[in-house]
Amino acid sequence: MTAGPVASVVVQSYHLTVRDLRNSLRQPSYVLAALIQPIAWLLLFGKLLGPLLEHGSADGSYLAFLTPGIVAMTAVFSSGWAGMGIVAEMEHGTLNRFLITPVPRGALVTGRLTQQAVVVLGQTLIVLAFGLALGARFSGGVLILVVFFACVLLGALSVAALSNALGLVTRRHQRVLSVGQFLLLPLAFLSEIFVPRDVMPGWMRAVATVNPVNWVVEVGREATRGDVGWAGVLDRTFALLALTAACAWLSAMAFRHYQRQV
Amino acid sequence: MSFDSLAIDVKDLTKIYPGAVRAVDGVSFTVQSGTVFGLLGPNGAGKSTIIKILTTLSRPGGGSVRVAGVDVVAEPGPARRMIGCVAQQSGVDPIATGRENLTLQGRLYGLGGRRLRTQVDDLLERFGLSEYADRPARACNGGMRRRLDVAMGLVHEPHVLFLDEPTTGLDPETRKELWAEIFGMAAVGITVVLSTHYLEEAEELADTLGILDRGKLVAMGTPAELKREMHGDALRVELVEPPGEARVRSALSCLEGVCDIVVAGSGLSARIDPGTATAPVVLAALESAGVRVVSLTLSPPTIDDVYSRHAGRLLCGMPEARR
Repeated sequence: MTAGPVASVVVQSYHLTVRDLRNSLRQPSYVLAALIQPIAWLLLFGKLLGPLLEHGSADGSYLAFLTPGIVAMTAVFSSGWAGMGIVAEMEHGTLNRFLITPVPRGALVTGRLTQQAVVVLGQTLIVLAFGLALGARFSGGVLILVVFFACVLLGALSVAALSNALGLVTRRHQRVLSVGQFLLLPLAFLSEIFVPRDVMPGWMRAVATVNPVNWVVEVGREATRGDVGWAGVLDRTFALLALTAACAWLSAMAFRHYQRQV
Repeated sequence: MSFDSLAIDVKDLTKIYPGAVRAVDGVSFTVQSGTVFGLLGPNGAGKSTIIKILTTLSRPGGGSVRVAGVDVVAEPGPARRMIGCVAQQSGVDPIATGRENLTLQGRLYGLGGRRLRTQVDDLLERFGLSEYADRPARACNGGMRRRLDVAMGLVHEPHVLFLDEPTTGLDPETRKELWAEIFGMAAVGITVVLSTHYLEEAEELADTLGILDRGKLVAMGTPAELKREMHGDALRVELVEPPGEARVRSALSCLEGVCDIVVAGSGLSARIDPGTATAPVVLAALESAGVRVVSLTLSPPTIDDVYSRHAGRLLCGMPEARR
């Protein structure tokens, strides 16, 4: 062995990530959906809800208000189907083939998650670019923007890890899809993605407070303000970190469960 | 016994799946380096489970497994470097090209650089895959894909190669090509463990055969040894008309060296030992019982006979008739 265990995980994750990204790029329908969907959401929801809610953000433009919300929504939804990739890997026999090689088991998980992170990062940049072009402004400075990106990735990785766990346990595309939809749609709508907190009914506000998707949105909203409320941002960031760790642990458990069933 | 000559050493291997299914039940065997070992048995006999355990994919419930001297349970890492595997289900990534599939496989074993590039080119050439080197593997037909699978199993130059039903679903020509490859591997010192339910394939390829039934190893030896153990020859008699089964049995069952009597339609089969001396006695007994004979053939035991004897329950659906 030439590399230490940690270096080996990093190197092999890199190879597996490159392979996943290359495979994704070869599927035009996937690429189109991943790029066009967030833009469509931004424009559709902007036009649909804009006239009703033209008071959301500091400068009064609904699109500016919506942009961080759509970033969070895109990240979470595109990660919600991550488990489909694991199921496809089982069906192709590639997962078992990888397991027979000396590749560190961790790299099989981190490779997939890194690929997801790269995709989400790309989607985030596209939504932000469109948002900026349509009038969104991020007045909070570079630091809060970086923290927002980190929170988007943490949210995406939590969901992706859970979806992977679901794929490993159920081994069915249909299950991954339906459970993902069942959980993510309500989480998206019970948040401040589309509407400001003050127009929500009381119970919905209570749900939004403990909704991780909303934590990402809240951090994003702070990035649009001139005066960033750092205390709240740090709370949300650490909460997302803890959630990601918990989901990663669940994912690792699911992986062990799969290996026992082979 | 030195590890140099023993590629595989399995002792009392057991695997119990949830629901108390004993997929593997106390199996022991050894395989000499550079030989081909064939695991033969009906579906569900435990062949794939044994291969999964030996390749570190699945953990045994009990027993010990050494591959090239390494304990696969205690030291899966070093063991994996010794092992190549072509699973029953293809492991080819259909979206990646042939070259990409091979290269990633090599990288996962820590290979890289020029050495890996050369190795990949050589394998593409050797397995006639150059045409598909830079096209997505899903463009390959079943035979091509299987060849790519085998090439991937060899990319890190393993000591032991496991092939789980490698020729299932292949056309006869591709099957023969793969056989030639397997012979070639054994010739350069690679130990091959092959599972199959094709008797012809097992007899053709394997130096040693193990017959599995319901998770137990019911017979083991070289094909020649196994056939010798059958004692005697297979007798088939064609009769003029369907006889009463009771009449045939009463005529033959008292004769020495006649067993496994089966009457089906106007045909009669039995195992007789010694063959050439007993056949005339059988003929005479049938004549005197008034059973008229059209023809009689006597054949030395085949691997089919061996298999039927040990694991034939599922083949012929007659629980005790052949035993």
